[in-house]
Amino acid sequence: MDFGGINPVILIAGLMATAVPILLAALGETVVERSGVLNLGVEGMMVIGALGGFVTAVHTGSPALGFLGGAVAGALLSLIFAALTQVFLANQVATGLALTLFGLGVSSLGGQGYNGIKPPHTPGLLPEALAGIPVAGPILFGHDWVVYFSIAMTALVWWVLKATRIGLIIRAVGESHDSAHALGYKVNRIRLLCILFGGAMAGIGGAYVSLARVPQWVDGITAGAGWIALAIVVFASWRPWRVLAGAYFFGGIGALQLNVQVSGGIPLGILGLIALVCGAILAVGLLRRSTPERPQMHPAAVAVLAVPPLVWVVGLAMGVTQIKVPVEYLSMAPFVLTIVVLVIMSSGRGKAATGAPASLGQNFHASR
Amino acid sequence: MTGTQPADSAETTARPELLRVEGITKAYPGVVANSDVSFTIREGEVHALLGENGAGKSTMVKMIFGLVRPDSGRMTLRGKPYAPAKPAEARRLGVGMVFQHFSLFEALNVAENVALGMENPPPMRELAARIRAVSEEYGLPLDPARMVGDLSAGERQRVEIIRCLLQDPKLLIMDEPTSVLTPQEVEILFKTLRQLSREGTAILYISHKLEEIRSLCDTATILRRGRVVATCTPRDRTAREMAELMVGSSLQPPERSRGEKGPVALGVSDLSVASPIPFGTSLKAVSFTVARGEVLGIAGVAGNGQDELLLALSGELKSDADRVRIDSHAAGHLGPSERRKAGLVAAPEDRYGHAAAPDMSLVENALLSGAVRKGLTRAGFIDWAATKAFAEEIITAYDVRTPGPDVAARALSGGNLQKFLMGRELMQGASVIVINQPTWGVDAAAAAAIRQSILDRAAEGAAVVVISQDLDELLEVADSFAVLNEGRLTRPRSTDGLTMEEIGLMMGGAHGMEVAHHAEA
Repeated sequence: MDFGGINPVILIAGLMATAVPILLAALGETVVERSGVLNLGVEGMMVIGALGGFVTAVHTGSPALGFLGGAVAGALLSLIFAALTQVFLANQVATGLALTLFGLGVSSLGGQGYNGIKPPHTPGLLPEALAGIPVAGPILFGHDWVVYFSIAMTALVWWVLKATRIGLIIRAVGESHDSAHALGYKVNRIRLLCILFGGAMAGIGGAYVSLARVPQWVDGITAGAGWIALAIVVFASWRPWRVLAGAYFFGGIGALQLNVQVSGGIPLGILGLIALVCGAILAVGLLRRSTPERPQMHPAAVAVLAVPPLVWVVGLAMGVTQIKVPVEYLSMAPFVLTIVVLVIMSSGRGKAATGAPASLGQNFHASR
Repeated sequence: MTGTQPADSAETTARPELLRVEGITKAYPGVVANSDVSFTIREGEVHALLGENGAGKSTMVKMIFGLVRPDSGRMTLRGKPYAPAKPAEARRLGVGMVFQHFSLFEALNVAENVALGMENPPPMRELAARIRAVSEEYGLPLDPARMVGDLSAGERQRVEIIRCLLQDPKLLIMDEPTSVLTPQEVEILFKTLRQLSREGTAILYISHKLEEIRSLCDTATILRRGRVVATCTPRDRTAREMAELMVGSSLQPPERSRGEKGPVALGVSDLSVASPIPFGTSLKAVSFTVARGEVLGIAGVAGNGQDELLLALSGELKSDADRVRIDSHAAGHLGPSERRKAGLVAAPEDRYGHAAAPDMSLVENALLSGAVRKGLTRAGFIDWAATKAFAEEIITAYDVRTPGPDVAARALSGGNLQKFLMGRELMQGASVIVINQPTWGVDAAAAAAIRQSILDRAAEGAAVVVISQDLDELLEVADSFAVLNEGRLTRPRSTDGLTMEEIGLMMGGAHGMEVAHHAEA
């Protein structure tokens, strides 16, 4: 199976791995923001995790210890943020931005001397024979353990937030810290633990970049993944499975554009498929927004859905099979498309729009 | 339910002692909240803690609930020393509390809110069943799956009460529970409380509403400036006697001189605006007129569109030009400053953050709303001398207790800041004045002063709209009366001959609670 030089099986298997760093960091930040804290230092914690993981793995020779080192490094950096915002009540936005700058600087300093070294290989989790099964093999069984870990963490975060008492307390603290305090919950302590969790998750995500994706050490290795993770959390309306969808969408477009750069142009089939997916999401967004008073959204949704097949048919009729796109646009595509899709997903006026934790970004002090 | 009669006072004293408070003192920097407070609550007794705002009632109950620790003094619960370090400990020992400003989470559902207030909640499904069972037993029906943000104020209070009842408390503390309820809802609440009392639960009832206390409570401890000034049996005293004990002096009801109504100054016709507030209430076809010299009182339970109405009148929410007319000029499309220029000033309810910028000085706050009408700016520059003079004028005229006009608004007590903010709007010589909750959280003497100045402005020919949840206040100041219910305004009618029962019906009755109690009766 092949679409103009692009193999969908390899593409899907590839996007699952590409998405791991963003997914892990975004899951951590989801918990942090659900507890009412806005930590803009995700990029800094990721890059410190990348360095911490790399150094640990190189010195111990164990990738597993490397990921642990990444988690510890990310959590330690987040502890600075936690101390400043939860104990000294510093502004969260400014502290988070400073944390990113600090993390980038420290990692650049500490990473000197590690350029050009190859870290120990992170092997696949399951036997080769399973990975060899056609189609399902590479997608379901061909990954290293971190990929499965990231999916398991999505399920775990979802379950904890939805069904457990700890999750309920985290949500309550993020919703109204005054009410939570009145009921006797230790607001700042709960938030501090959430911030540490977020730091550890960002650290593991960063370590995956330097140990498995790249795998070597270069300055600023995370290249903005932390910012995308932050955007995904917001546009996913703070819901873990939507975070996964957003991360995979971003990873998918990223993997695709690399393939397209290699094959020289976008095959019409793939273009139609992307348009169809975007169109479907847009249509759902429009339908959700149409109210009994404004039913005119229904025709709009139908029209949006009708566009991609139309383009496809016209393209086929004209004999076009490939569209050439400059490389710059391809590189920018994952960012633009992810943001567009997530904006649509979160734009409904229903519950999704009010999904933000009500105390997000506000410091709590018992005297006010 | 047993058929026992309400206990008489002889039986009350025979009951065993539940909580004894002895010599409790608590001081905050600059203010002594409680000084040597002592009282005793017996099992099954409804005990009132009565006092003005700032008398130390809230601090006292926070100490009983373990939110604040006393500086000195001691408490005993059933004879054993009682000093809860945190609310969880108080709950475990059988003390529950229903908060004045609800301790609820709007984006969570009823069952989750209840679970957060319990020490060891059962699994959600079991908890939901228990919420249903207990809420029906006490005539307070609740759906455990509903979002709290979608509930009315009365229903939210039910969530808090049920949360306490599920813990099987021996002492239930209720902090100003009726301020958000319709008269019918108050009746239902009282039935529930009496039922609890018969079953042996003691209730510590905090309020400054004297008639309520007379109808409900067995004993009252009256606080003034942090000290116990009297302990009495409310049924044996008149409301006036208790009020004078509470305030420490006699009170003058405001005087009103009904003048002739002038021409219509504010006309609102068919005004519908969507609410910008999450979980807010949109206004639906609101129409009314207010003439010069007239005070229109708008009642309603909190969250029925009061905030939105204020926003739509002040100009923070715009509408079509013709929907709002000030002195018969179309003003619906104007913003707040332009409306002030046209002669309409507005005072919102939320003092900290909406009516005033809390961290700015009184002078700066005076400028923020007074600049247009008082001419406090010249060629884009602030005339600080004139602004300061304006602020000082307000402070003198409204008896605002403050070290000076340059202190931050946040530093003033609620009542003093409210007096300042009322003065700021009332002293601008506007032809239309809109006020939301003029005396919320203000002590009786200050409230009387504010009401008097509202009446004075009306007598001078201003058209006044007062939005309030305090029905007694509205009946005191208003010439005509209307009710906001789910964003709709009833037809304004004269306050002459208006009874509480009629008002209750205008307010939409008891929001679906009648059924449960009919079954019981």
